[in-house]
Amino acid sequence: MEEQLRGFIKARFGEAMVREEEFRGEQSFHIKPEALIEICQAFLDDNDLQVRFLSDITAVDWLGHERADEGRFEVIYNLYSLTHAYRFFVKVHLPADHPRIASLCDLWPGADWMEREVYDLFGIEFEGHPCLEKILTPDDLVGHPLRKDFPLTYEQPQFTWNKDQPPEVVR
Amino acid sequence: MPEKKTVTLNMGPQHPSTHGVLRVLVELDGERVVKATPVIGYLHTGIEKTMESKLYHKALPCTDRMDYLAPMSNNLGYCLAVEKLMDVEVPEKVQWARVCLAELTRIKSHLVWLGTHSIDLGAMSMLLYTFRERESIIDVYEACGGQRMMTSYIRIGGLAHDLPVDFDKKVRRVIKQVNNGLVDYENLLTNNEIFINRTRNVAVISAEDAIAWSLSGPMLRGSGVKHDLRKANPYSGYENFDFEIALGKNGDAYDRYLLRLKEIRQSLRIINQALEGMPEGPYRAHVPGVVLPPKEDVLYKMESMIFHFKIITEGFKAPVGSVYQAIESPKGELGFLITGDGSNKPRRVRVRPPSFINLASLPRLVEGGMFADVVCAIGSIDIVLGEVDR
Amino acid sequence: MGIEERIPDSIILTTLDKMVNWARRRSMWPLGFGLACCAIEMMATFASHFDLARYGMEVMRPSPRQADLMIVAGRVSMKMVPVIKTLYEQMPNPKWVLSMGACASCGGVFNNYAILQGIDRIIPVDIYVPGCPPRPEQLMDGILKLFEKVQKESLKDKREEWGRKTG
Repeated sequence: MEEQLRGFIKARFGEAMVREEEFRGEQSFHIKPEALIEICQAFLDDNDLQVRFLSDITAVDWLGHERADEGRFEVIYNLYSLTHAYRFFVKVHLPADHPRIASLCDLWPGADWMEREVYDLFGIEFEGHPCLEKILTPDDLVGHPLRKDFPLTYEQPQFTWNKDQPPEVVR
Repeated sequence: MPEKKTVTLNMGPQHPSTHGVLRVLVELDGERVVKATPVIGYLHTGIEKTMESKLYHKALPCTDRMDYLAPMSNNLGYCLAVEKLMDVEVPEKVQWARVCLAELTRIKSHLVWLGTHSIDLGAMSMLLYTFRERESIIDVYEACGGQRMMTSYIRIGGLAHDLPVDFDKKVRRVIKQVNNGLVDYENLLTNNEIFINRTRNVAVISAEDAIAWSLSGPMLRGSGVKHDLRKANPYSGYENFDFEIALGKNGDAYDRYLLRLKEIRQSLRIINQALEGMPEGPYRAHVPGVVLPPKEDVLYKMESMIFHFKIITEGFKAPVGSVYQAIESPKGELGFLITGDGSNKPRRVRVRPPSFINLASLPRLVEGGMFADVVCAIGSIDIVLGEVDR
Repeated sequence: MGIEERIPDSIILTTLDKMVNWARRRSMWPLGFGLACCAIEMMATFASHFDLARYGMEVMRPSPRQADLMIVAGRVSMKMVPVIKTLYEQMPNPKWVLSMGACASCGGVFNNYAILQGIDRIIPVDIYVPGCPPRPEQLMDGILKLFEKVQKESLKDKREEWGRKTG
């Protein structure tokens, strides 16, 4: 299945593929953001590969790491083939300011809430999403919590020597 | 002719049947549901961000508190993912013990589901029966890990301590009690006319829709799709065990009920096999620098003490790259995507929550149906809000 | 609501105190308000192994208008804060609050942007039960200590306290 996939993508989307990565037995394809919808539609149409299950959509913030040279945000699409029981990843790198990418809601209705969560926690916009709103964080929280420049915001524990002072919040 | 208007009803965050703090905004036309919008986020804890600020070993207790009905499953998923990232192989006894505990966790989660689902539909005594069986499983948890629910017993590289001496006796007691309990549940519910009327042809989803909506676990298998991660991509030694995959036909709530009862029976079968063939051996892998050495060695050997000190204070450095490990938790496909970045803290810990993704299909299940079926649908999806909101 | 509003001002009635407190603590009905993991242990306490109905907590009322005791079981997220305040204000006097678990008492394991560090920031709490989650025996111990506290209450003090809040 690994060879089949590699051949399929190289043959039809050779110029859209940036590189192929294999880590701990898992295969991932780094592609250009513009080719995403085309590649996913090709997966759904192909009858040999039978990749019909979108397992997960998530993102990684590489701020401050050397991998951020390819793009600060890395959006990872976790695709699975039920007949071959094979899992692989399609990864896209997005720049730091105004990261946006096409939405997969037309192809897979299950992508709706996954994309809303990535928008809420990272600030990545999905074009074509029917209703892109916050889903997990409260409405008055400004900012995107899982970015690396949003602090964890913890409170110092209370001891006897600071118990009369208001709690000190570390940002 | 006056214009037809719909009523918007708020099934608020505090509701006896929403299994936690879930809010559903239901638009009704008489008794028919026109639109249903779940609103979540009332239990958002920022667990992923908390785990990213801790060392790998210290982030483990946070995983217990996500799906709090099946805490050992979460532990198992996280430990398997970190072991994959650091390329650690665990001894055979650990694999068999983990399988045994994961199946006990599956039974425990399904029992709580059965109790709460039945009390929503009106069969109030079922809650008391299933919690009685749950007490014997909690007895095993307490003997292993010292705590009734959040044991954090499954650690990176092995188990927290060796299996207790009376593990075999306690687990056999669980098997006997759950078998007797299953007889009770079948007598009370399976051929009960009221239960069948409330669950037959309610919250139906077809196989193509289930795959398109990325459902997993009993929701997917209830529609007839034969997919179980324990058979398709086996982990932790599941290939050595012999069991069947439970399947449904119509994709309605009644099929999912029968399917979960069958899963409990298959879990009992796996536990029997695990007890018969449990191998001897160490309860932790020996990978200095990554896996904490056993406590007996730490107290008597110098190298173990030094490694213990270094791992607790500084942790280990993970390579740059992402790994994903999915397990078949009682709710569905629970996956952990862990990205290392060369330092001792993870760059990204992503939990693929089965309840969150299954709950996204709630509008699809209830729209067009009656209002009383919304409660049945929520119960039949089997959600745990700790996992939905993380 | 309650007998405090019917007795005249500045009078202490000791036998009436004892009788009313005895009646209140012998049938206190909790509000079914389980949020997270502690809710499962609360359900286990109400189930048959650690039966809590023998102390008078026969039913768990789903509506705040019919409940006396609010057991906040579980972690309170920032989105949930206005909901808890609304529920607390809807409960009629006399009412008590029991904070169950470490997360409700002080934020617990989670010290971050999303979790309220203790519900005593927003509502007054009578009893704190620590644990993560507390064992059913621990929760029962907490409830019994709350009953002792209720027994020692005096109607005059409660009347002044309510008068100050509403007046």
